[in-house]
Parts: sequence; C-alpha cells; structure tokens
Amino acid sequence: MGAPKKSAVRVSEDTDELVRVPLQAILLADSFTTKFRPITLQRPKVLLPLLNVPMINYTLMWLESAGVEEVFVFCCAHSKQVISYLEKTQWLSQPNFTVTTIESHNCVSAGDALRIIYERNVIHGDFVLISGDTISNMSLTAALREHKERKKKDSNAVMTMVIKRSKPNPAIRQSRLGTDELFMAIDPDTKQLLYYEDKADNSKAILHLEKSLLADNPSLSLHHDKQLMGYKIFVHEIHSDYAARIDNFRSYDTVSKDIIHRWTYPLVPDVMNFGNTATKLERQGMYRASEISQSQSAVIGPFTSIGFGTKIGNNTKISSSVVGEGCKIGSNVYIEGCYIWDNVTIEDGCKLRNAVVCDGVTMKSGAVLEPGVILSFKVVVGQGFVVPCYSKVSLLQQPVEEDSDEELEYADSTSAITSKVDTSDEEVASQVLDTHLHSASQLGVGGVGYIWSKCEGGHEEEWRHSVAPIPADKISEAMKIMEDELELTYDGSILPPSGELKPDCNDSEDDDNEDSRDDSYFEKEVEATFLRAEQENIQEGHLILEVNSLKLSYNKVAADCAGAVFYALMKYALDTPHSSADSLMQNVKDILRKWKNVLRPYLTDIDDQIEVILKFEEMCSESAKAFAPLFTSILHFMYEEDIVEEDAILNWDDEKKDADDSDKVFVKQAQGLIQWLRNASEEDDDEEE
Amino acid sequence: MPDVQSLVNDFVNQLKTRKIEGSQATAKQTAEFLRSVISQQRVPHTNQAAALINAVRDVGEQLIAANPVELAVGNIVRRVLHIIREEDHSLTTAAVAGLGLTAASDDENDVDRDDHPVLSAAVVAAAARSTLRPPSLQTLLEDMPDSTAIPPPSSSGGESEGKSRSVDKGSIGRKLKHDVIEAVNELIQDIATCYDQIAEQAVEHIHQNEVILTLGSSKTVLEFLCAAKEKKRSFKVIVSEGAPRYQGHLLAKELAARGLQTTLITDSAIFAMISRVNMVIVGAHAVMANGGVIAPVGLNMVALAAQRHAVPFVVLAGSHKLCPLYPHNPEVLLNELRSPSELLDFGEFSDCMDSASGAGSLHVVNPTFDYVPPKFVSLFITDTGGHNPSYMYKLIADYYSADDLVVKRRALTGN
Repeated sequence: MGAPKKSAVRVSEDTDELVRVPLQAILLADSFTTKFRPITLQRPKVLLPLLNVPMINYTLMWLESAGVEEVFVFCCAHSKQVISYLEKTQWLSQPNFTVTTIESHNCVSAGDALRIIYERNVIHGDFVLISGDTISNMSLTAALREHKERKKKDSNAVMTMVIKRSKPNPAIRQSRLGTDELFMAIDPDTKQLLYYEDKADNSKAILHLEKSLLADNPSLSLHHDKQLMGYKIFVHEIHSDYAARIDNFRSYDTVSKDIIHRWTYPLVPDVMNFGNTATKLERQGMYRASEISQSQSAVIGPFTSIGFGTKIGNNTKISSSVVGEGCKIGSNVYIEGCYIWDNVTIEDGCKLRNAVVCDGVTMKSGAVLEPGVILSFKVVVGQGFVVPCYSKVSLLQQPVEEDSDEELEYADSTSAITSKVDTSDEEVASQVLDTHLHSASQLGVGGVGYIWSKCEGGHEEEWRHSVAPIPADKISEAMKIMEDELELTYDGSILPPSGELKPDCNDSEDDDNEDSRDDSYFEKEVEATFLRAEQENIQEGHLILEVNSLKLSYNKVAADCAGAVFYALMKYALDTPHSSADSLMQNVKDILRKWKNVLRPYLTDIDDQIEVILKFEEMCSESAKAFAPLFTSILHFMYEEDIVEEDAILNWDDEKKDADDSDKVFVKQAQGLIQWLRNASEEDDDEEE
Repeated sequence: MPDVQSLVNDFVNQLKTRKIEGSQATAKQTAEFLRSVISQQRVPHTNQAAALINAVRDVGEQLIAANPVELAVGNIVRRVLHIIREEDHSLTTAAVAGLGLTAASDDENDVDRDDHPVLSAAVVAAAARSTLRPPSLQTLLEDMPDSTAIPPPSSSGGESEGKSRSVDKGSIGRKLKHDVIEAVNELIQDIATCYDQIAEQAVEHIHQNEVILTLGSSKTVLEFLCAAKEKKRSFKVIVSEGAPRYQGHLLAKELAARGLQTTLITDSAIFAMISRVNMVIVGAHAVMANGGVIAPVGLNMVALAAQRHAVPFVVLAGSHKLCPLYPHNPEVLLNELRSPSELLDFGEFSDCMDSASGAGSLHVVNPTFDYVPPKFVSLFITDTGGHNPSYMYKLIADYYSADDLVVKRRALTGN
C-alpha cells in the first residue's frame, strides 16, 4: 500500500541528520465520515464554528504553536470552501508558518489522502499527521524527541501515535464523547503498540483511549494489525495536556464545554481573539464579544459565549450555550445548552434545549426545539411548531442511498464557494417553498425544510451521538453492560488472538458468518490479484503490496495471507494445462519457484507455515483432488525450496496425531518424508553432540 | 508596508499564543520589535515625529490587543512613543537654540522651552535613571508635571548636551530617527540590566540575620537575594511554593544551590510563618499608576499576612513594569484564567466535571494574578531606587507622556 513511499521517505531521512528540515504537518480537512450530516452537506466539517471560530483555526493554531513550520491542508469534500476560507484569513500569509492547500476529489479515506500527498513529493522527513478537527494544547516536543530517538535505535519504528487516556469510567466516557471504544495493547516498557482495535463494544481493554489523535511519521493511517508490515508503531501518551477530536455532535458539545472551561488554554476565545472582534471573559465564564445589545431584563447564565453584534430581547434566558455573531434573539426566549451559529433569528417565546442551530436559521415565534435537534442552514421553523427529539432538519432532502452520498457532497463542492452556496440554497429554498404549497409542511406553518428520517442505527445511535445529555436510564443501562463486561474480562484475562476478539454479545453469530464470508472474499481477491500479476507481468514487490493492502482492508493476519497466496498459486498451477501428474508437478514447481518470494513475507513464523500445509491438505482433500497423489512430492519440494521448514512439517505431524483417521490421510502419505526429516534432524543433533 | 505587517502578525501571534512569557522578556522583545518597526518606517520631510508616532501607535495597538493582560507590552509601546516625543522636542529645541531663534519654534506644545532651552528631557531622565537615585524632594516639588506631561529637566546633564547641540539643522529629519533608535536601544539596555540595578540596592534593605519571605519565583527577587548574599550578608529565606505552578520550588532550589539558607513552605502556611519574618520581598507582574500591584496569585494573601503582623512588604519591579493605567476592576479585567489542568489532571475528577449528563457541577478556576492594593505595599524598589506607593504616579509621569495614555484609547475606540 505505501511501502515505496515509506522507503523513499526513509532514505531522505538519512540525510536529515545533516540538514535541518522544517517540521511538516499534514492536516486532513476531511474526516471521511458522515457523522455531521446534514450540516456537512453544505459546509465542510473543519469550517464548522466551535465557539464562533471555525475548527480548523484551532488545529492550525496548535500546529503553529507546536513549532510546525509547514502545513499541507488536504481538502477533499467542499475543497473550494476550505481554500477560500483560508485565503480570507491570515493563515496563508504567516512568515514562519506556510500553509499550502492540496485538493483532491476522489479520496475516500485518510490512506488515499496520504498517497496523493506522497505523490506530490512535498514531504521531506518526519511529519505530523493530524485531522482538522483536533483541539489540543499539548506540546509536541517530547513526542517528537521520543520518536526520533526510537527511530535511531530501530529503523522500523516508523510511527508514533499520540494518545490520551480517557476516563476510567466507561459510562462517563460514553457520555462525553459518544464514540466507540478503542482497544489498544501497549508494551509498558517500550511503549510499542502491540494491538489496536476499534470495534464497538469491546471493553476488554487494558487501556481506554479517547482517541488516536495524530500520528507523526512517515506512515499510513492506523490499521488493525500487530505490526504494520514489519514496521512498529509506538505510542506517546499525554497526561495533563488537553487533546480531543470532534467526530460527532456529542464530542462537539463536550469539547465546546471544555473550551469554555478553559482546558484548552491558550486556545480559548478571549486569548485567540480570532478576527477583529475582541472577546472578553467576564465573571463566571461568560465570554462576550463587543457590540452586544442586551436587554436589561435578559439573563445570561454562566459558561455562555455571545458573539459580536448579537441582540438579545427582554426576559430572555440563556445558559450554557454558545450564540454566534449577528443573531437576533427575541423576548421571552429560553435557550439552554444550545449551539447557535451566526445570523440566526429566534423570535419571541421560542424554547431551545440542547440543539445545534446553523447559520441563517429562522425560528418563528413560539417554536420549540426538543433536545438533540439539529437545524441545518437556513431552515425555517414554523410558528409554534415543536421539532421532536433528535431530529435533523435540512433544506436538502435526505440522500436515498449511501452510495449517492459521496457524490452529493462532491457535487456541490464543485459549485461551492460560500456565496454560491448561499444562492443555491436560496434556490433550494424557493423550490422547497413551492413543494410546501402542495404538500403539508414538515415544519409547521411557514416552515421550510425536510426532517430527515432516523439513520440506520436507529434510536440507539441517536442518543449516543447527539448534543443532548444522555437520558439517565440509558446511562444506568450502559453502566450495567459495562460492569458485566468488566466481570467477564476478569474471568478470561488472557488476550485472545485478534481473529477471535469478538464482543460477548448475542450477535456473535452474525459476526461469524460475516467472518467466513470475509474469508472467502479475501481468498478470491488474492487469487484475482495474483492472476492479474501473472498475466500482466507485475513485479513481485507490487504484488506483495497489493496483497498487503488486501490484508489490511480485510483485517487479516499473515497466516491468512500465506494460505490465500498459496491457494492462489496452486489453483493457478492446476488451471495451467497439463497432461499428466508429472506435468502438473512440473507446473507446480515452476510456479512455486517463480513466486515463492511473494509467499515468503508471510511465512516468517512456524505457525504461518503450518497454516500453508493445512491449506494444502484441505485443497487436496476438497477442491483440487488432482493434487492428492502428489501431496508428498510437493511438500518435499516446498521443503527444498525453503517455503516450509522442517519444524513446520514436524509440528504439523504432531498436531495431527490426535486427529481422526480421515484427517490423517495425508499425514500417512507423507509419513516417509516425515520419517526422513526426523532421522535427519536426529543425525544433526548427534553431530552437534 | 507588507513586510512590517507580516512581522507584526508574527509577533502578535507569539503574544497571542502566550509564547512570550514573563514581563521582562515581553518588554525586551516588544522594545526590540518596535525598534525594527521604527527603523523600517520611512519618514517624510515634514512632521517626522508624527509619522513615527502614528506608525508605532498602529503597531502598538495590535500588540496590546494581542495580549491585553501582559501590561508590559503597553508600557513599552508608550515608552517608545514618549521617547519619540522627547527626542523630537529636544531636537527642535536644540535646533532652535542653535539658531538663537527662541521665539520661532512651531512646536506649540513646547511650553517649557524658554525655561530649559537646550536639554532633551529624555536625556535628563536617562541621566537620572543612570545615577540610580530618585530625584530629591526639592526637584519633585519643583517638577510638577504640566499639561503636556513632559517632565522638565532640572539639572544639566552635561554629557549629552554637546551631542544635542551638534545637530545640524538640515539633518534633523534623519537625525530624529537615528536618535529615537538610539534612545530605544538605551531602553532595551535598561530592561536588560534592570536586575542588576535593583540588585545593587539589596544591601541597603537586607540586614544581618534577617528572615525574608517570598512567594513563587521571580528572577528579580533571586538576583536581589543573591546580591545581598554576595555582600556577605547572612540571612534566611522562606520560599512559599506558589501554587499551582509551584515555581517556588525552583527558586528554593536555586537559592539553596547558591548557598542561602532556604526553607520551603506551602502557600497555606504563610500566616503561620509570617510572625518570624522580618521582611517580605516579592516580584510583580505590573505596578499600576495608583501603586497597586498585579502579582502572581497568592500574593494578596501574603500582603494581608504582612500587614497583620506589621512586616514590611517590599515589591521589586523593573521600570518596564510600571503601568500608567489605573486598575479598574483588576481582578477581572487584568487577570487571566489559565488552564485548569495546572490544578488537576484532565479526567481526574471526570465524574463531577461531566457537564453533559447534567450531574456534574465542578468548575475549576485558575487565575494567574492577584491584585495587591497600594495600602499593603510598604516600598517599591525599582531600578531607580526605592519608592513609596503614593509616589508611583510621579515616576510614571517621568516615563510616559499623558498624551499617549489617552491617544491610545482614542485610537482603539476609533477603529
């Protein structure tokens, strides 16, 4: 997948010792997820305001203060918006801090993004990989130093992940970030990452992690593997510093609150003072920008931020909320725990609790937002209308299929300079208005917008990711599950190998099915890849790369690959025309000789080799009976070619001792060879003595 | 000038992200930065002073906005503005005097011209500073500041007189910029040497076998104590640790390494220890015009303890810490709330801090500064000598011109 890249970068690193290379960073301005729908259909996630400042500013500011000198902002969806935003701000004109944007429209993962950046040939050494939604005030120096030292000792130590241990209490963690748990095994002495898994509901953890924040190094993103193609990944844990990623509405809420409570200092509104409006911190955590007109009778509660030029009417109560710039809030409005962005109009008597209200929304008088509501851009809520819990409202209709989503996001990214979006929005709005004339409005009288139906996860997911506090019963429920699982953990304290690591829930059956389906897919893919390689004369190295990437995407271990590649080879040998058993044998020999280097990377372990023998055995007895008579001679050939070692064959024999007779057919057949090997090894021993 | 602007942005950013910390470092860097701004500023043929003042003021405004809590920035900006005015004034007077045309000056502000025709006020102020003595009471009484707040010189500072006189009339324009940069250099020099200047006075204040209490860590205090130690004074130091940053630990270590008998106590033990203390010596973040002190958090408690037990409370402050502003609501406006992680690790009290579930109501507040009212301060020791709090306004009038205080504010609201 990325091996050439790595080696290339490593080569250039050798010269780094002599020349000081500026510290570089790659900022992924795309999260490759859909958690912030429907808002992200119209604006990229990194430009969503966090306390009235687009998120990307926090990340850039941190990179700048951490001593990074060159940043490549990788834009994917809505790239035009990101670029035009960056042009508007001062980021592109900093003297010691260059920001370069890289645009691409066909990336679907962080790995794709890295490959494109690699192709641009702009990264010259170690780099920091960070997502554009990371809020942190940690110092990178310690992590970088550790990383450099480690790499001097061991050139395979390619990547250092920076992590932060999260809350010991699972329920709290859930309520804070709403993300799935992450499971990592880390060697306490060397800090090597031994195991990484981010399956949901997996709580047999040694360490709970809030997030894998960023990886600094020439390497890909994270994969579920013990070792990434022989490279080692290490972790650096931060303690008192703050670091978090925003990847759903709940973490948006939590991180906003953390910023208000100043955990991210100096990345707090009154210090950053981004733009021209100075924000002042007043007593009890009230952040107020200039030119706010507030009625005498309005009550602004603690831990609230009010943006520039906002007007607040009589008897309005606002608490624990963030209100953006230029909002008009009427009289007798009640706002609690909400995130209201810029230029929002809220008429008299509205009630908002724990909602996210995007730019340009209008709420007609008496409208009510129940907890967890998301109102996307320019939605209009009709008079007295009650928007139910957890609903997401947008001017755009919900995309029908998952597949079309990508296109949707890219489609308007082509026409997506901010102003343009506005006009297109208006068009959409007018269209919507038209349709409302005919159909019953989804948002009450005069309302504009579509209420999206619940996403696949159903209600379960909704409460987990929304901005609203988690209902008490859900928390106790979650606590109970966690406790149960914790007990289970103590029972079986030994870590099962990765393939078997499954949640102890009742849906394990599905998982098994999925797994076996995965297996056959994987084998088919490997086989197809191999055939293509054979036909198109692709180099071994590239084939290995392809298989590796398949291995990563199907989350397989080396033994699986060995089996699959071997299967593909044998299948090919069988499919090659042959007249007799002898010519078949010859085919096998040719092919194995030619491609054994492809097999070799996966056969470092005795267990992997046994896997190959078992696979072969299985083939002989099931799919490719033609090999059955040749079993011993092929096995012998493989031994001679160092594909399998004698220990593997002997272990295989030992393993089979207790098996049924039907399973022993081939062991018996190979008995001669085994015997010979045993004698040979005994002789060796004798000689040694 | 895009070049200057990007420099400004860079510096503003450093201030914003709190990369420059400590008032001495901030003051020094601000002065150096303003020097480069001045040197890059092109001066027109007429009204050079105004051009320079405007340039410095524009930049200064941005710098002050970048970190309003770090008063040293504002102080230095105003000092530099003052220097420009003074140099302009002295050049004009010198030129005028050189031509013997006393009445032909076009400088309307120059009220004192006739009384003191030849001297640069800045030069005199510098001379007064360098002699390390406060002006005598006599001079104080004579030198009440007039409306322009340019302190008229009272004595003849001979060494620079010749220099001022030598100014060729035609080269005033170039000369002004040059002189201003010279004076700013002098200012930078002053800031750099303020430790020594203050420390030189140590023996006058610390006596044999005394017990000194201090809180947190201040380089000024460290140098001060060590200077006394070097002069063979033997005394004991009690260091209060200065939570939550615990810089007192570092100070105690350093003092012990330099051979001073040091005791480390917690902040909460101050009242218990104060009765055996002879003098409290502390550093400051800023000294306000009324003699109040913005100081590291915890100092107000020390001041109260000292007051209760009639222990002298001495504040050491370099002249760059003198701020011409009056503290209005200093606890809030001139304070900075730092990250709570200095008090406790993020996540340690997660159960109570979890605001999302509605159960938690623990908020951690970590203010950086305390305000110590002037009535608690017995003595200020600056690089020009010891002063009473009530004398601060006068000292400030020496360093700043009243125009700049007001002008800066007008400029801010104007934008």
